[in-house]
Amino acid sequence: MRSAREALTASQRSPLLSALGVITIAFSLFAFGLFGLVAINIRRALEQVEERVEVRAFLSDSADIENVAAAMKDVGAFPEVLRVDYVSKEAALERARKEMGEFADVFEAGVLPASIEVHLRPGMRSPTTVKSVADRIKTYHFVDDVRYGEEWVEKLYRLRNIATVAGIALGVAFAAVAVIIIGATIRMTVLARAKEISIMRLVGATDMFIRMPFLIDGLLKGVSGGLLALLLVWITNRVINEYFIETIFFDREMMFLGVIGGAMMGVLGSLVSVGRHLRRV
Amino acid sequence: MIRLTEVGKEYPRSGVALAHVSFQVRKGEFVFLTGPSGSGKTTILKLLYMDDRPTHGEVWINGVSSKTASGSEITRLRRRIGIVFQDFRLLEDRSAEANVRFALEVTGSPKATIRSKVTRVLTQVGLASKATSFPREMSGGEQQRVAIARALVNDPFVLIADEPTGNLDERATRGVFQLLRDINASGTAVIMATHDLDLVRRSNYRTIELNHGRIVFDSAETPGTPPPPFDEEAPVPETPTSPADAI
Repeated sequence: MRSAREALTASQRSPLLSALGVITIAFSLFAFGLFGLVAINIRRALEQVEERVEVRAFLSDSADIENVAAAMKDVGAFPEVLRVDYVSKEAALERARKEMGEFADVFEAGVLPASIEVHLRPGMRSPTTVKSVADRIKTYHFVDDVRYGEEWVEKLYRLRNIATVAGIALGVAFAAVAVIIIGATIRMTVLARAKEISIMRLVGATDMFIRMPFLIDGLLKGVSGGLLALLLVWITNRVINEYFIETIFFDREMMFLGVIGGAMMGVLGSLVSVGRHLRRV
Repeated sequence: MIRLTEVGKEYPRSGVALAHVSFQVRKGEFVFLTGPSGSGKTTILKLLYMDDRPTHGEVWINGVSSKTASGSEITRLRRRIGIVFQDFRLLEDRSAEANVRFALEVTGSPKATIRSKVTRVLTQVGLASKATSFPREMSGGEQQRVAIARALVNDPFVLIADEPTGNLDERATRGVFQLLRDINASGTAVIMATHDLDLVRRSNYRTIELNHGRIVFDSAETPGTPPPPFDEEAPVPETPTSPADAI
């Protein structure tokens, strides 16, 4: 209670320094937030593409419909498989005509074989998993050919891996920069009160007693900076949505985590700054 | 109460600050630490309030040893020591009363007793009427009195003063010195580092003189002998002074 009062009084004594601290924290978290926004939108785009990964098994003309139904049931029970659809010759023709538009009349009835389309579960769309499912489907004697866009799946998967690694590396770098900036901001507050700290030590205040108001100050600045950063990212997202492309925004949990992250950075920054100062004086 | 045994202090850059320093201070004693700049007076005081630890030897103060003192022991010890500096070290944005109150608040004193304690010490140092004044509104002597009031408010067994009159004119110096004498007369030991040899000669208190980090004179060892006037260019003694015994 005393520490909270002390933290607020200190902010009131130097309002400019406090405002500067909150704004600095807000901008460093804003940069981090923008990066997060880009990252979740890229992830979302890749997920949408990944949803189209499927294994298509073309059936021979002599395939018995009962055998095919039994095979579909078997394949549907594979742990990797989400759904199995049967595409009859007629449905295949219909679809091809729709996709080809003005060249629709080049197809004649009976040209396209019947097939089964195997959709995979999310997280089960890596090249090796897709190949393993395709190989198992190939073993059915009535399956003429299996296609799953081998090269395309591999490229997509590589792209996803690169995006994940780059995302983590950039995220860590942005977070590190944010922590350093927040630490430096709080250090300014610590230095502004260096005399007070030295007197506290001389009259016998405990280190915890000295630290506490700074930790609360860091927490308040972190939360305020986090909320301000969230507002800025939200405004940016609205502008992008309005004038450029459709994007998604953080969900409620992510927003909450962002603000908590800001608070943690504030506390961590204070802990490091005051700790270093106390070791030196 | 206070004992230094063969204390030495070396700093990585500036070298030897203290060597073979031994002396004791009894309860309620008044001791001057004199000597030229850089002779080790401030280093000794820092070792006493454990702002630093000796490189060699041992400092004992009120049952706490420099060899074993933990952080919390040092914190508790400092609540029983009053410390005064040449530059007062007051918080400029707080009144005299708030500066004194600060020392009680940060050591967790019960709220109910704070007001009366602050009033008592401000009266003791003759500043009851200036309780609401800010440091910038006070003279150097008055500011030092506030600093002394802050040092006294926790009822210390010893008052450590590092050049407390160094920034004051002669009249303010006399006033602050008289205040320290009164404090000593009421039973609190005073260890005062000073350059002011007039002050030392005018009083009959024990004097320990330092030069180049060594004790070159201790009036407790040769009672009745006035301390020699120190010379800024004095050579380093060849042999260490033998540890002084308790008086």
